[in-house]
Amino acid sequence: MELLTLSAVELGAAIQAGKATAVEAMEAVLRRIEEREDALHCYITIDKEKALERAVEAQRRIQAGELAGPLAGVPMAVKDNLCTAGMPTTCASRMLGNFVPTYTAEALRNLERAGAVVIGKTNMDEFAMGSTTETSAYGATRNPRNTEHVPGGSSGGSAAAVAAGECFFALGSDTGGSIRQPASHCGVVGMKPTYGTVSRFGLVAYGSSLDQIGPLGRTVEDCAAALEILAGAGPRAGQGEAASRDMSGEAGRSPESIVPDRRDSTYLYRKDTDFTSALKKDVAGMRIGIPRDYFGPGLSEEVRHSVMAAAELLRGKGALVEEFDLSLVEYAIPAYYTIAAAEASSNLERFDGIKYGYRATGVEELHQMYKQTRSEGFGPEVKRRIMLGSFVLSSGYYDAYYLKALRVKAMIKKAFDDAFVRYDCILGPVAPTTAPRLGESLDDPLKMYLGDIYTISVNLAGLPAISVPCGEDGNGLPIGLQLIGDCFQEEKILRAAYSYEQFRKEGQG
Amino acid sequence: MANIISDETIEYVGILAKLSLSEEEREQAKKDMGRMLDYIDKLNELDTTGVEPMSHAFAVENVFREDEVTGGDGSEEMLRNAPARKGDMFAVPNVMSH
Amino acid sequence: MEKDYETVIGLEVHVELATRTKIFCGCSTAFGGRPNSHTCPVCTGMPGSLPVLNRKVLEHAVAVGLATNCRITRCCKFDRKNYFYPDNPQNYQISQLYLPICRDGYVEIDVEEGLEGERASTPGKKRIGIHEIHMEEDAGKLIHDEWEDCTLVDYNRSGVPLIEIVSEPDMRSAEEVIAYLEKLRLIIQYLGASDCKLQEGSMRADVNLSVREVGSAHYGTRTEMKNLNSFHAIARAIEGERNRQIDLLESGRAVVQETRRWDDLKGTSYAMRSKEDAQDYRYFPDPDLVPVSIDDAFLEEIRARQPEFRTEKMARYRTEYDIPDYDIEIITGSKHMADIFEATVALGAQPKKVSNWLMVETLRLLKERELDPEDIRFSPEHLAKLITLAESKAVNSTVAKEVFELMFEQDIDPEAYVEEKGLKMVSDTDALRRVVEEVIAANPKSVQDYRGGKDRAIGFLVGQTMKAMKGKADPVTVDALLRELL
Repeated sequence: MELLTLSAVELGAAIQAGKATAVEAMEAVLRRIEEREDALHCYITIDKEKALERAVEAQRRIQAGELAGPLAGVPMAVKDNLCTAGMPTTCASRMLGNFVPTYTAEALRNLERAGAVVIGKTNMDEFAMGSTTETSAYGATRNPRNTEHVPGGSSGGSAAAVAAGECFFALGSDTGGSIRQPASHCGVVGMKPTYGTVSRFGLVAYGSSLDQIGPLGRTVEDCAAALEILAGAGPRAGQGEAASRDMSGEAGRSPESIVPDRRDSTYLYRKDTDFTSALKKDVAGMRIGIPRDYFGPGLSEEVRHSVMAAAELLRGKGALVEEFDLSLVEYAIPAYYTIAAAEASSNLERFDGIKYGYRATGVEELHQMYKQTRSEGFGPEVKRRIMLGSFVLSSGYYDAYYLKALRVKAMIKKAFDDAFVRYDCILGPVAPTTAPRLGESLDDPLKMYLGDIYTISVNLAGLPAISVPCGEDGNGLPIGLQLIGDCFQEEKILRAAYSYEQFRKEGQG
Repeated sequence: MANIISDETIEYVGILAKLSLSEEEREQAKKDMGRMLDYIDKLNELDTTGVEPMSHAFAVENVFREDEVTGGDGSEEMLRNAPARKGDMFAVPNVMSH
Repeated sequence: MEKDYETVIGLEVHVELATRTKIFCGCSTAFGGRPNSHTCPVCTGMPGSLPVLNRKVLEHAVAVGLATNCRITRCCKFDRKNYFYPDNPQNYQISQLYLPICRDGYVEIDVEEGLEGERASTPGKKRIGIHEIHMEEDAGKLIHDEWEDCTLVDYNRSGVPLIEIVSEPDMRSAEEVIAYLEKLRLIIQYLGASDCKLQEGSMRADVNLSVREVGSAHYGTRTEMKNLNSFHAIARAIEGERNRQIDLLESGRAVVQETRRWDDLKGTSYAMRSKEDAQDYRYFPDPDLVPVSIDDAFLEEIRARQPEFRTEKMARYRTEYDIPDYDIEIITGSKHMADIFEATVALGAQPKKVSNWLMVETLRLLKERELDPEDIRFSPEHLAKLITLAESKAVNSTVAKEVFELMFEQDIDPEAYVEEKGLKMVSDTDALRRVVEEVIAANPKSVQDYRGGKDRAIGFLVGQTMKAMKGKADPVTVDALLRELL
């Protein structure tokens, strides 16, 4: 069996059926890595021996009947801003070059408990700040579809690894489009869940109110299966009865007020996480809105064409598709960069050369040590955002910049709320263009930021969204379709995405 | 450029953010920050009177832990990441020396 | 000639809350332990770690707020205070700036008649306003290493929960400051929210002080004084800073708004200034935490749990127990002492006797050993047993005091101890009579002196008898017996 042609869920089923083993799957992936990694550089850390050991252990437990989940034994890649106990976690920064966490990110632990097997840690933009994976301190990742181009970012290593068969699925994080945009650029599926669906404990924070972990896979089904596990199934049985008085608000949307061992205050312990059951090929009557504002100047003609064709396909299958004015789209980027930079400037203060990571040598005085450590440890894009963030929070500017941005965020959220009264899903492009050439984006940061225009407002409003391949440009570079849902409405975008994926395959077949 | 960032501002932000910049970096940072602020000033086109600043996209409140000890002692593993340590403690430049 | 100046003082009091675990993680708050042994990724600022609020911290903070007449903020939030320092592992402290948990409260202190301010509710009382109370996390400990000229960091205290009680600038003298602190300490100890020990740092006060000419409507420029770890240091620092500011003003110079550190050994303060301390903390709501919303049910729950405070307790003691007002004052001056008093009485001991043991022997030993009433370690059970032993004349008063001292130190069981060491008094009168007869026979000189009218000689004979009895006799009985036989 050619294992690398299987999706993650197909591989998981084959392993359960005894037609393949976790070890064979890992060996196949490692062979592919051997062949392509030099050209692509998807990973920062791979320990082949340990990966194989983990696969052997998973296979043993599968055979012992201890692991029966859909992803048991399936090799996966992990973005290098998710902490892994005993394995370096660098955030693609010189600052964390030698950092080995003592704990594993809670989301990843869920997947490991379900039997998924970690291959290694994927490349990314430094501290997830960037849209091309070129700001990595360990060199750029290349797009498997065309190595002259970037894979997108910041989860570029994860997207490229999925596209190249260097893993069966991968984890990314999405603060302003960092899962969806590289998925789009590499021709794979990437999903950002509703804020709070996946625990952030162990995800090295960039913008805490915006960050969310999500899966990248070859199919919508793979993403749904992975997300289901990532989200966890609520508090573990038998531990949920700790005496507590419920002071929470809206039922269903507020977390259990007391969960033993809780590690993330913003993690919701949702119970409605049966995402795979949403995978139905049916969009009849589904109300889909297309924001006119997403098709304005700056959008490439090829992208527009592919996305509109996708909308037509869904309309042909019974979806009620119409255009509407979402409004405020142009304000999302300035609001986002203010908020994200502010939070980042504070989140990254802990990198000071004292507890872990890089420390500048030969400095005698404390504050000089801080300054030199941070100036040498961080790359230019990270420093740019830290400085901007420190400035917008500083005395005299907090109201004018930071609070203003939070007010605009509220207005953007309201605009989405209004739209979701009328629509089940919002459909649009992921990025204005296909993957740029290497080096093209670095000289003008502002221009790079503008590329996030369709993805960023989703993070500001905490919404779930998915990127699904919907075509290619003239150079064979993939184009992604974005489907955005209201908070907690993952099923709707999963159903739309799955249906589109299946109809498109039938059309091509 | 509407926002002109002075040397003093960059110096001040450097103190806040604990970053020291070379001459060249400083000039670039002034330019970058000025341009970004010009762009962010676009938000002023919107009238936000009466709009409450929104920290999180939806309201979740009252998340607690019970007052029960769960932490063990992982200090040895943790200290292994320290760039400088002495015994069970992190070592830093003398804080009293300035 | 010096003008007449008034000192204006406000206090920022930090109190370590009595929780088992830290404010945002499950690490123990216990004192001691190897450096960094009570730590985890959260309280050492490891990448990817996140805070979750300890519910007990909120309960304590609200309880203190209610007891100090504050308004409780129904929707409060946590903010990050950003500054770099090695004792602060994230380089931001999670605190509350914009929406603190409590606001606009007050406590009343006793002042000399005729001195009370205009806000006093009753004569002899003065109201000290509380601007706000907020919850925050403590920092780690920095230890200077002489050998290698570096600083060592221990994060065991990092993340220990604190409340900061910020007063209005309502105090005018060191006496008022100390009265205010004593009052806060009592309230908080009564609540069980903290043990409030200044020396051990579980209660810390920073003093904001300015001076102005008497009659002026405006406040002068204030300074903030840190590192005050005893009432004595606070009083001295207030005096010192008042004089320093007056000297500046008298010589035509201005007071600079700054933070100063008090050196109690030298009796002076110095400014803590550095170009690297911009004092621009860039507070913003911590996006890792969610708002706390307090409903009526929660407030009721806390209110229902509020203990009997000192004033109520004093009134009850006056009606329930026949003990002097002075004793009541002292005993209720420490929640711990009052608890011991009540528990011992509940075990059947006579209130007057319990009070005596606390007022005389206990206070004497506390004073000798420079301890606070909070440091009392003996149990009410043991005190009750000791009182029974003494009252039933099973031991004489000297032995009782000796046993008490041991009990004070090691909380021994006095009954078992007396039994084991054979210290019980000989109640057999015949046996005692025999010993007295022996003493009379062995000391003819003293007997002669006594019979010759020297009454003092009997004292010597009592002493000799006690010695022969190894202290296990009641000297009053011995005295009577001697007189009878002579």
